[in-house]
Amino acid sequence: MPRLEAVILPLAALIAGLAVFSLFLIGLGKSPLTFFALVYKAGFGTGFSWQNTLSRVAPLLFAGLCVALPARLGLVVIGGEGAIALGGLAAAVTGVWCGALPGALGLMLMASAAFCVGGAWIGTVGFLRIRRGVNETIASLLMSYIAIALMNHLVEGAFRDPASLNKPSTAPLPAALRVGDMPIGIEVHWGLGIGVLCCVLCWVLLDRTTIGFAARVAGDNIRAAQVQALPVGRLITGFTALGGAMAGLAGYFEVTAIHGAANASLVAGYGFTGILVAFLARHNPLAIIPVAILLAGFQASSGLIQRRMDLPDATILVMQGIVFVTLLLSETLYGRLRLFRPDRWEQRA
Amino acid sequence: MQAIGLETVGMTMRFGALAALDKVSVRIAPGTIHALLGENGAGKSTLVKCIMGFYHATEGGLLVDGKEARIADPVDAQRLGLGMVYQHFTLVPSLTGAENLVISRADAPPVIDWPAERTAIDRFLADLPFKPPLDRPVSRLSAGEKQKLEIVKQLYLGSRFLILDEPTSVLTPAEADEVLSHIRALCQSGRITVLLITHKFREVRRFADDVTVLRRGRHAGTGSVADLSDDRMAQMMMGDAPARPVLDRTGTHGAPVLELSGARAPSLSGPNGIAIDELCVRAGEIVGVAGISGNGQTELMEMLTRQRPLTAGRIAIKGRPFGATRAEAQALNVRYLPEEPLRNASAPHMSVAENLALRVFDTGPGGPILWLNRKAMIRDAQARIAAYDIKTASPHSPIATLSGGNVQRTVLARELDGDVDLLIVANPCFGLDFNAVAAIRGRLMAARNRGVAILLISEDLDEIFELADRIAVMSCGRLAFVAQAGATDVAEIGAYMAGRA
Repeated sequence: MPRLEAVILPLAALIAGLAVFSLFLIGLGKSPLTFFALVYKAGFGTGFSWQNTLSRVAPLLFAGLCVALPARLGLVVIGGEGAIALGGLAAAVTGVWCGALPGALGLMLMASAAFCVGGAWIGTVGFLRIRRGVNETIASLLMSYIAIALMNHLVEGAFRDPASLNKPSTAPLPAALRVGDMPIGIEVHWGLGIGVLCCVLCWVLLDRTTIGFAARVAGDNIRAAQVQALPVGRLITGFTALGGAMAGLAGYFEVTAIHGAANASLVAGYGFTGILVAFLARHNPLAIIPVAILLAGFQASSGLIQRRMDLPDATILVMQGIVFVTLLLSETLYGRLRLFRPDRWEQRA
Repeated sequence: MQAIGLETVGMTMRFGALAALDKVSVRIAPGTIHALLGENGAGKSTLVKCIMGFYHATEGGLLVDGKEARIADPVDAQRLGLGMVYQHFTLVPSLTGAENLVISRADAPPVIDWPAERTAIDRFLADLPFKPPLDRPVSRLSAGEKQKLEIVKQLYLGSRFLILDEPTSVLTPAEADEVLSHIRALCQSGRITVLLITHKFREVRRFADDVTVLRRGRHAGTGSVADLSDDRMAQMMMGDAPARPVLDRTGTHGAPVLELSGARAPSLSGPNGIAIDELCVRAGEIVGVAGISGNGQTELMEMLTRQRPLTAGRIAIKGRPFGATRAEAQALNVRYLPEEPLRNASAPHMSVAENLALRVFDTGPGGPILWLNRKAMIRDAQARIAAYDIKTASPHSPIATLSGGNVQRTVLARELDGDVDLLIVANPCFGLDFNAVAAIRGRLMAARNRGVAILLISEDLDEIFELADRIAVMSCGRLAFVAQAGATDVAEIGAYMAGRA
């Protein structure tokens, strides 16, 4: 029954959020039915729309993991956006330095750089939490602004390609250091495959290993974990760092598969959409996969909605915001609904 | 005389089948300090809550100033001139004393004319024997100053009958004496009547006129303090000496297992730190640490789990210094049973099986393991659910859905499994029903007879006398007294618990 609850409540919250959003559309004089029909058509209706959707999934998977992993230890980390920016920058700079190396080795080094920089950035948040009691939510958000400013500063200064005139960028990556599409018949880059693999691996880590077990105990009751002398501090630092490393990989794929260089396009809001992804998935790495696909479909449809319904493309952000609020409200209902507690069905007064 | 008297007549309060208060009649004469003594759970707070209108008594009545009074809620109580000072401060820390006084008034205006209010307060304070500082924020006052301000606040609100709930628990002895002598002066001048809830005999002896003792919800005795000896009051509080242990006690004491020497640590609240000069638990022995809650027991537990670092001294197990790491606890077979197991020893949303595995999930036959062995976990859980008679729908149910007794059985099944050399237990039976209590005490005694060294920290004297071979009393962060269980009695232990030096 608790498992059922974890599926039904987020779904109900999603539907309630979409219902409230429909009222918003009606207020604007637009038809919600047309809207959802267009979202379906543009996100999931045709082979081309699936390709459009799936090509946006990868960063949402990684950004979702960046929120979900610390969340299993009871930490609300919302600074994935900054780790994506710095991870992308680290990958691009490494790529420029090792342009002469064979492609596979170069790509590996770039991925490692993005992984380590993202991990160090968010790991610092976890470290500050256990050492100094700094609130991880505020710290990660503020560090995210620092990270974005740092990336912009370096891209416009030390690492700027003099040839990039209108949009300051790092030097373009050679073709050998660009990640290509997966051989599955549609044009979707490897980020999706690696992202799904990371979700599965994180699920295995949490659900099947003793390390994940210890993390779940510490997240559920830190006092019990301390009495059992579990390494709570190392778990918190480790899991926040791993989450940050995942966000770093999101930046890596944005650079090597999409943009070909690090620039301001790295700051596209994936880190923040990732928060919604993780919460809708109840911080379960496997559930992140379908949720990320759903939200990517919403995002893929924003262009069509803008053209056909004459709505601004921020409309999708309004929808995401409303869904997030209803989702947070639904969090207060866990354990309160008799529907999910068969042991209490007979107590109806 | 402004002070008013109060009388409860046959006051009874039932919660379901439990009578928390059973026909208690107390008469408090105007202008006196009347002490209310009793153990934890004796019904002191229930009585006071019935008087103040937080609870509505099932039966019985209340006379205020000789007239029958119906008190529906604390606002009614305030209107009749009854006020209460709580154990913990209820002042707003960021406001000054004067601001706290004004905003606590029910009729405080929406726009406050501070100069006029300040003049009124100064006039009001002029004829009081003591003055709390009014211009500093409360957060910068000492505990004694805050307590004085709480009392002044009640006078300012027009209270003529004051209930003080353990007012000195957060004060140093010197501060306590000062505050209580001011209260005494106020009573003697006929301004107020005081009902003083306390555990401390010393305060009763020095400051109270009369005393009423409650035990298990019943009136156990009353009288003038001058007519009663400390021993007589202790006896009324604890009842007749409980029956000697009926549990079988076999085996002999072995070598020392747990030794504390010169251990020092800061305390949670209050000015005094924790200081344990010498404490030793031997194999096959239960050492009971008695004491009224808040005298350092929580801190002692945290010192032993190393959640609270020592500032001096050492903790040794089997002669080796003990740092309470997971590896050390496993190598030395040290187990913990903290109080409130759902809060301190379980992961509430994880399953019974996972909670049973909490201690050993990461160790295999050959050392640390990486992969969780779920099959073994479930098999093991099923065996122990049967062996320890844990009532749960399935091993997969979240432990938070179990009753208190079954949560405690689960934790006990986890911690008593395998080879145990030292078990550190705090209030293992708190809040459990009769059968669960008997089962859990039986398990502890059986473990002792197997040769386990047990340190039992408990607020329940009956439990201490039933289980312990030796009894230590913890008072004000120190071990005030240690004796063989057979060589002491409840009255003596009770007197040390109440702070007899």
